[in-house]
Amino acid sequence: MSDESVKDTEGQVESAGIGRRDVLKALASVPVLGVFFAGWYEKKLADDAKREAIMAELGLEGRAPAVIPDAISRPPGDRVRVGIVGFGGEGESLGRCLGFAHPDWIEAEARNNLENPANRTLEVFMGQEDLNVSITAVCDLFDVRAERARAAAANADGPGGATAGQATRYRRYTELLESDVDAVVIATPDHWHTRIALDAVAAGKHLYVEKAMTRTEEEAHQMYDAVTASDITFQVGHQQRQSETHIKAREVVDAGVLGHVSLVEVTTNRNAPWGAWVYGIDDRGTPATIDWEQFQEPSENKVPFSPERFFRWRCWWDYGTGLSGDLMSHEYDAVNQILGIGIPDTVVSSGGIYYFKDGREVPDVWQAVCEYPERDLTLMYSATLANSLYRGQVFMGHDATMQVGQTVHVTADQYSTRYAEKIAGDVIDPTRPMFSYNPRTSGVDAVTSATAAYFAQRGLLYTYRDGKMVNSYHLHIKEWIDAIRGNAETSCGIERGFEEAITCHMATRAYRENRKVRWDPVARRIV
Amino acid sequence: MRRAHVDAAQYGGFQLTALVVLRMLVGWHFLYEGVTKITNPQWTSVSYLQDSQGWFSETFRDLALNPGAVSVVDVLNEWGLTLIGLALLVGILTRTATVAGIVLLALYYLAAPPFPGLEYSLPTEGSYIIVNKVLVELAALVVLLALPTGHRVGLDRLFVKSGTAVEAA
Repeated sequence: MSDESVKDTEGQVESAGIGRRDVLKALASVPVLGVFFAGWYEKKLADDAKREAIMAELGLEGRAPAVIPDAISRPPGDRVRVGIVGFGGEGESLGRCLGFAHPDWIEAEARNNLENPANRTLEVFMGQEDLNVSITAVCDLFDVRAERARAAAANADGPGGATAGQATRYRRYTELLESDVDAVVIATPDHWHTRIALDAVAAGKHLYVEKAMTRTEEEAHQMYDAVTASDITFQVGHQQRQSETHIKAREVVDAGVLGHVSLVEVTTNRNAPWGAWVYGIDDRGTPATIDWEQFQEPSENKVPFSPERFFRWRCWWDYGTGLSGDLMSHEYDAVNQILGIGIPDTVVSSGGIYYFKDGREVPDVWQAVCEYPERDLTLMYSATLANSLYRGQVFMGHDATMQVGQTVHVTADQYSTRYAEKIAGDVIDPTRPMFSYNPRTSGVDAVTSATAAYFAQRGLLYTYRDGKMVNSYHLHIKEWIDAIRGNAETSCGIERGFEEAITCHMATRAYRENRKVRWDPVARRIV
Repeated sequence: MRRAHVDAAQYGGFQLTALVVLRMLVGWHFLYEGVTKITNPQWTSVSYLQDSQGWFSETFRDLALNPGAVSVVDVLNEWGLTLIGLALLVGILTRTATVAGIVLLALYYLAAPPFPGLEYSLPTEGSYIIVNKVLVELAALVVLLALPTGHRVGLDRLFVKSGTAVEAA
């Protein structure tokens, strides 16, 4: 070989011609390339075959859900005049989902985006569809919030800009209902929902009611009777109905991938003051700026002016139902969306005030167990406001387990009957998900604040359409507006809202009355 | 350049074979890393960038936060690895590919240096302190830069012979 190298050197020096030996040496490694691609192709075929075998077995597609409610843009039609009752955090958020943000919010989000380009809150807001609606009327018992609502309604800087205008502030909701609004958003504390809704239905106004739909069982019956007897368009604010992962999860269940589901575990753990409803108290809130008597009008328990009760109302039974109506309602509705379980046969519940000993009445650690003997299924809800472990909604079937959050993971059970052969044949690995669905196809989106991250993880804040981040509240309210124009059905109408309300009230009563409560399906009463 | 050619031409058969095999093994590894990323639509560099530690971690994490930057990093990785791998394997533009490979591996090393006290959420498949497989592969490419073989066994030989590509060492 050494003389060969000498010859090579000579060749280089003496001649620039290319000989047969040069061509052979130049191409010497090309066959290796053939080996490489043969190996790669064989491995790819094996991997693809395995994947296809699993997907064929599951009868699922890896793509986005085929039927996405409301994904198709429709001509906006006639302008819808909307009135908002209650412009606290939730009301302001729903105002933005209609297309109208307060100028201060836009400024703050623009600053957030400058500090952290990954914070795309403003971009997502500006990218919202123009729904061709106007907020023409607002009602809030706190002057500061009422003025904020008017400023948002008039702000042309946003996706609803073309229809921004002056909204009239009403001091009582009944006056707002007498105005020319077509539709009303109710984002007040729970103890006001039913009174406003009943009068709004009587006035023929379409309704969007925040969850929990009502504060008591009696109110749920009243609202159900009124809405079903009317022809208004009705939506309860469970925006996760728009989440792509929840829609996909339903497909997984419908395809029978999980086998018999015997247990569903859902949680809402939070570990911060905001998560325990210790919201900021606005020091502009005084008896002069807050109509306190009107605030507590529907409540039997009248107390002197209390900023704590006004701004942190979820901590008292007088105005809400604590974890039940605020958070179990979302988790229950998600399971109801995916499994269609309806009202449970029985519910037991327990918990206590174990961390936030700040004078509140509602428990901060709480669980409820709902039994569905006809479905051979138990639904367990648990929550603590002093730990933030997140494990998604877990659906436990004989053949597989499904975890639902911002992604869907389906993992075969090691003792599954259906997958036994494929597990034995190493086609399915029970230690890893056999199917994962992540609607974020590429790129990253960041939500920066702890609150935003909490909601995003649960699919409550953002979802995806064709890989693009959209606000699920916006899709949910858009579905309602489209339905008002006769172009769609609402996904959380009065039937689903009634099931949510009754289930939450069963859980609340089981806790407060310290007993197992039962649903009488004939008398349609909690007993 | 010319000196390198002459020196390289003096390799013994065993030396030449060992160097060419080393070049092809590194090329194979690059190529497969690139091809698997291209053919996996789910692959993204995000979690790797987010997990960055050490001197330049802020820069790498900033990249992870910018979806536009991530797309660029993803494409550069996918095609960079593939093209460098192909070039090393068949011995074309070998010198450029070797330098590019060194740069890429240096970035990987700096994004996640195995220094004492740095903890990563992504598990590594071995046990390392200061020296890891990325650094060893980088050193292998430095050896191949010092002792080039593309013009002896590889397509570069044709260009050197026909005098069209001086770069191709």
